[in-house]
Amino acid sequence: MTNHWGDIANSDVVMALGGNPAENHPAAFGHITIAKERGAKLISVDPRFTRTSSKADVYAPIRSGTDVAFVGGMIKYVLDDIEANPSNYNMVYITEYTNASYLVNTGFKGPAELEGLFSGYAGGLNETDGTKRKYDKATWAYQVDDKSIPKKDKTLQDANCVFQILKRQYARYTVDKVNAICGTPRDAFLEVCKTFAASGKTGKAGVILYAMGTTQHTNGAENIRAYSILQLLLANMGVAGGGIDAMRGESNVQGSTDFGLLFDSIPGYLGMFTDADTSRQKYLDRVTPKNNDPTSANWLQNYPKYITSLLKAWYGDAATKDNDFGFHYLPKIETGKNYSWISLFEAMAAGKIKGMMAWGQNPAVGGPSSNTERQALANLDWLVASDLWMTETMEFWKRPGVNPADIKTEVFVLPARASFEKEGSVTNSSRWMQWRYKAAEGPGEAEDDLWMINKIMLRLRELYAKDGGPNAEAITKTNWNYGDPPDVHKVAKEINGYDTTTGKQIDGFANLKDDGTTACGEWVYCGSYVEPDKEPNAPVPGNRASRRDLAPDAFNTGLYPKWAWSWPVNRRIIYNRASVDLNGEPWDKEHPVIKWNPTKGETGGWDGDVVDGNYPPIAVDPVKSRYPFIMTSEGVARLFAQGMADGPMPEFYEPWECPVSNQMSSQTSNPVAKVWRPDEQGKPDKYPIVATTYRVCEHWQAGQMTRNMPWLVELMPEPFVEMSNELAAEKGIANGDKVTIESTRGKVTMVAMVTGRFKPFQMNGRRVHEVGLLWHWGYSGLSTGDSANILTPHIGDANTMIPEYKAFLVDVKKA
Amino acid sequence: MAEKAILYDASKCTACRGCQVICKQWNGNDEIIPSPSSGDRVAVKSRGTYENPPDLAPDTWIKMKFTEAESSGKMRWLFTRRSCMHCTDAGCVRACPNGTLYHNEFGTVSYNKDTCIGCGYCIPACPFDVPRLKGNRITGIAKADKCTFCTTQGLDRIVEGMEPACVKTCPPGALAYGEREAMVVLGRQRVDLLKSRGVGGANLYGENELNGLHVLYVLEDSPGAYGLPVNPRVPGATIAWKDVIQPVGWAVGGLTILGLGMNWLVARANAKKEEK
Repeated sequence: MTNHWGDIANSDVVMALGGNPAENHPAAFGHITIAKERGAKLISVDPRFTRTSSKADVYAPIRSGTDVAFVGGMIKYVLDDIEANPSNYNMVYITEYTNASYLVNTGFKGPAELEGLFSGYAGGLNETDGTKRKYDKATWAYQVDDKSIPKKDKTLQDANCVFQILKRQYARYTVDKVNAICGTPRDAFLEVCKTFAASGKTGKAGVILYAMGTTQHTNGAENIRAYSILQLLLANMGVAGGGIDAMRGESNVQGSTDFGLLFDSIPGYLGMFTDADTSRQKYLDRVTPKNNDPTSANWLQNYPKYITSLLKAWYGDAATKDNDFGFHYLPKIETGKNYSWISLFEAMAAGKIKGMMAWGQNPAVGGPSSNTERQALANLDWLVASDLWMTETMEFWKRPGVNPADIKTEVFVLPARASFEKEGSVTNSSRWMQWRYKAAEGPGEAEDDLWMINKIMLRLRELYAKDGGPNAEAITKTNWNYGDPPDVHKVAKEINGYDTTTGKQIDGFANLKDDGTTACGEWVYCGSYVEPDKEPNAPVPGNRASRRDLAPDAFNTGLYPKWAWSWPVNRRIIYNRASVDLNGEPWDKEHPVIKWNPTKGETGGWDGDVVDGNYPPIAVDPVKSRYPFIMTSEGVARLFAQGMADGPMPEFYEPWECPVSNQMSSQTSNPVAKVWRPDEQGKPDKYPIVATTYRVCEHWQAGQMTRNMPWLVELMPEPFVEMSNELAAEKGIANGDKVTIESTRGKVTMVAMVTGRFKPFQMNGRRVHEVGLLWHWGYSGLSTGDSANILTPHIGDANTMIPEYKAFLVDVKKA
Repeated sequence: MAEKAILYDASKCTACRGCQVICKQWNGNDEIIPSPSSGDRVAVKSRGTYENPPDLAPDTWIKMKFTEAESSGKMRWLFTRRSCMHCTDAGCVRACPNGTLYHNEFGTVSYNKDTCIGCGYCIPACPFDVPRLKGNRITGIAKADKCTFCTTQGLDRIVEGMEPACVKTCPPGALAYGEREAMVVLGRQRVDLLKSRGVGGANLYGENELNGLHVLYVLEDSPGAYGLPVNPRVPGATIAWKDVIQPVGWAVGGLTILGLGMNWLVARANAKKEEK
């Protein structure tokens, strides 16, 4: 989240799009309730009328997989309205705080000119040659002057400026097109636009809440980009009650992402090392962003400090200036190679991966195309799985329909402890690192994760020291000294970082150095666990995550700065420098986040939240000031983003499996997404019904924790498929009937829930049905049932490779 | 002791059903739930609805009801709470022949399981169809069960100064608890706010029904739309039973005992005479 849960209460309009908070974030919905009590409007956009919709002021249906068309239509509405009623929008914000004024290379061409593609595409329309499904992004660059500073046109009139490019691309996203693509009734769509665009007025704020309904698409990353553009045009980033809030589906998934969960990043969102990075310097040359604009802070120019401190944390005394701080110890990935979920299981299916550790994960239920992934598990020599209950992954070798004698994989089960049975920190969606204590002992031989990984690491180090092995020093040289049993506070202190000469905890990442005198396990968390005298009143002195002080912030905006600790540097709202005008005065006088105080210190300073970039306001001191978005190299927020694989601005493409041709252009689906299994693409002649998957309040993720809980099993005993009365009538299905749902990947049987809450989509007179399946179930545990993911495709987003769980094609029959 | 009440706000309820779970957990009502050791003792299957278990039961004291309502193209999904309303004019208390069901010091309806004879008279007497009877087929002993307002013996939250378990757990804050008068004020304020925001049908249910319920409802539409009785009444038979037949019965019974006593005295006198 850019903001935090409690901040939703400050919103004037809350839009849940690609998420169903009342269902999947039930406790957090309380914040929405507070916002509503204060007069906020709630918008719910969802393929079916949900528990969230039941509490919404405005509901609009949307066909799964058409988010870019929907939000693109909203962007067009706002751009048109800016022209008609500029006083309803914050033009200073758009001009000064975004790259709207930046000039783009004259060779750039957009989808309006290139039939849905951008300039630089290697292939042709609907390219099938995988090697040509990519862009050369040379024409996506900014125009620069002789000092390599990006050129701007603050009048926003230049035909090559981002604002004009934006207008050209989204001029095609008319209300009729939105209706034809998304199946959203025109009046419902316009009501959403009108309600949300009202947050564009200076002093008003709107927030977008999203979850997996947004991301799990071949266009998932571009869906988020579309939200970013909309929120920037409405000046909603950085302000209280604004932002783009990713509602995390697990208590600590924010924390795990912060610590390098993904294959392409290491802790602190630093880039992964590749085989091309033959030295630390080469790595730094590749990853450190450069910018010549003197008014841009370009904060990530500090990369060398963060990576060197990380190497010191990992390799300790074995990392010295003379050995490049141990950079050569590090294992590195192959340049350009993808190691994400789908790729790993494809490699497993091809017999290239021999062992796997599934830690608190249940791929046999949660992974896409379950049959593919369950079969791939059989290619492993060994599988280590750690969980609270026996999972489908642990029992894949005896699943229905297979002969255990045919499967040679050796499976090791590590019984784990639940969150209340161990001590440590959990980082929530709000980015708050909150310390928790052990309330009970774990059952039987169950141990906590840290205990397990510590044992494994200590034993591995012993084995590598004795027997050697490939790249043995990566293990043997590690600075791994948390004790046995390990002390979780030692880990937390290392994450924060310390001075390698004095051993003292470091106060914040501004003090990290690239000369080996500081060590830090995660620069973003630097400042979380300081010396006891720096935070003497915390329940665990020095441990800011343990703080439970409900003292309000300076402006009483609900920041609660002394409750736990928020990364980075206890900042509660990221990009808060954009919440003030050029003089440092809050746009929103009722809910200030920060405010420039000229009498503070010797030269003035900021009151309120920890300021995002401690520089004076632009109008106060143009020389010392910096642009407000310090984490982008150019210092402003990006309406146009060169970093994306599939286009600098989101363009609508149909999901990989789609019931209709693309009404926006001739390019059917994402031109860059990697197609692994072209033969498994379902076509509408055989599979005419759109399907999506989701969860219910009563169960959680792949089900281990809830399908073994009798009270919850009673509430929601079996998987169901929701469908409209119209589809049920066509298929002769009655409510409660067993039905089979089939895709090219397989077939499942579920109970039909026939409801008026699902409606067929009328797309310019054309009717398309959609059904929704619960995905919690599998063959293990107290409550068993078919896994919806048997049906989902093995294809992912063009940028992130997140699987396209949320839109695919099926047929439905009465069982 | 001031009367207590729960205020249920349907405009805030998201039907997560945390209340259903906590009610079973706090009160130990898990006998009907399947477990690996007990096997599937009750048919727990999906019936094409978010509602489960299908109905209130001796071990299910609260159940959320989901109602889909569509008018002029606008869909609504109405949620409401099915549980004991703790009426002031409580049909069950009237019908109970031996005082097992009674109003406690908080104005809510408690019952003494030890004295329950399992007659089941409370069931038809309830205008909300709440009490349920569980009989043992071998011993023939039956007992009635329903929400105790968390005053279950040994698990009493109210006398300990705590809110009922359902109120404690409610994530969106749709349940409030306190003195009944305060809950009425809160409910009225909420109704006024909803009306001011265009919810013309908003109303407070339970303020006067049956001389006042101890579970009050903020509704956004008529009670009927939620499946609640619009004008709940204790059935005539129960009133007849409690106010007419039972007094007559007591009178007749009393006279009988008196008569038997007289008979005994007379017989004793006669016997003594004979002894002489």
